[in-house]
Amino acid sequence: MDGSSLYAGGFRDAPVDAAHAFRAAMTAMARPGDIRRIAGAAPPAPLSVAAGTLLLTLCDPETRVHLGGTVDTDAVRQWLSFHTGAPHCAAAEADFALGSWADLMPLSRYRIGTPEYPDRSATLIVECDRLENTGAVLSGPGIRDTARLSLPDADALQGNATLYPLGCDFFFTCGDRVAALPRSTTIRAEG
Amino acid sequence: MSDYNFAYLDEQTKRMIRRAILKGLAVPGYQVPFASREMPMPYGWGTGGVQVSAATLTPEDRLKVIDQGADDTTNAVSIRKFFERTAGVATTEATQEATVIQTRHRIPEAELTEDQILVYQVPIPEPLRFLEPRKTETRKMHSLQEYGLMHVKLYEDISQHGAISTAYAYPVRVADRYVMDPSPIPKFDNPKMEMAAIQLFGAGREQRIYAVPPYTRVVSLDFEDHPFEATKADHPCDLCGAGDSYLDEVIMDDAGNRMFVCSDTDYCRSRREEAA
Repeated sequence: MDGSSLYAGGFRDAPVDAAHAFRAAMTAMARPGDIRRIAGAAPPAPLSVAAGTLLLTLCDPETRVHLGGTVDTDAVRQWLSFHTGAPHCAAAEADFALGSWADLMPLSRYRIGTPEYPDRSATLIVECDRLENTGAVLSGPGIRDTARLSLPDADALQGNATLYPLGCDFFFTCGDRVAALPRSTTIRAEG
Repeated sequence: MSDYNFAYLDEQTKRMIRRAILKGLAVPGYQVPFASREMPMPYGWGTGGVQVSAATLTPEDRLKVIDQGADDTTNAVSIRKFFERTAGVATTEATQEATVIQTRHRIPEAELTEDQILVYQVPIPEPLRFLEPRKTETRKMHSLQEYGLMHVKLYEDISQHGAISTAYAYPVRVADRYVMDPSPIPKFDNPKMEMAAIQLFGAGREQRIYAVPPYTRVVSLDFEDHPFEATKADHPCDLCGAGDSYLDEVIMDDAGNRMFVCSDTDYCRSRREEAA
């Protein structure tokens, strides 16, 4: 990676870009299954715009980030360090973990919070090849009746939901789109 | 110096608050600790709500601020001006036009939509605080769902007064898990909490953020033989005639004359404008 692209790709207007991005991320987390547009960052390959934007919006020197297999490249590490200052770490310590579903497995590696502090759990940002409102049926807080979302592995995510109120929370990213799946969502595999 | 960062707070503070909001939405009703900042207003004036609003606002938003339902009281006016100046956002008094509504102690009468966010100012986020003063203990009680004490408190209400006399900050159970203080809204407003909008709660002095996503089950605690009742003054509004809105009782003179008026000033005004 040449020096110029390491410094490029950040927010143009950080307060405003981050505000827009957070609103998309928050709406996605509040309405599991909703797919929102999120943009503003131009991260190095192989990161999607959505994943890069989420990192710039939520990560800083106070958050430990784990990069899974295919996204753990020098270019991504340097870009993330320059723009956020977030320390890299192993999966077990991560506040945020980034990668494809295969990169990030198994789920048991991540912090799920403690009974007294369920918020101290990892948020996984999962890069997906497709993101659409088909497949697993979701219900629970934030969903009027039911919603559908193409989940990478409904079984593993069901297992995570059974830990409630503990467990990980997920963002799924694809291009400049994001959806979320909090641990509170009940998942039924496609019938 | 006259320039502020967008919405006053620095970006790192906003990221910290935003991370707390996301965890709050993921675990509805659970109080997420956050590093509350000093704000240019005293504790008790909505510093928690202001920080949550600051982390949530975008430049395109239209902000409404209410204090006990009113848009024109000191607290509401000063917070509205604060964000006009530091975030440059448009403001409104009309509930339907607002995208973000910061509130102290009321939920607007008009039904909120999916495109709106309701931010509550919370003085004491811990529903168990007056039953168990130790934070270490209340945290344990939440982790174990040890909520019997709250039912004892409601039962004592019944044994002393013949009915549950708790009239505001009436405890609710969120998504069948956490017992939550809905902030000091009248219990009349409790049934509205199962709404289409996102609800965020900020307690500045107590350094807690919590949330209720749209369409989340919110149940007011009660007993089979003493079911929850959303009560209000048994009277129509003396200004607009509404029989379905929450009323303030206003003392008119020393002779004991009084009138009842809608606490939601926008609701009352729009009804009177329609009638005119």
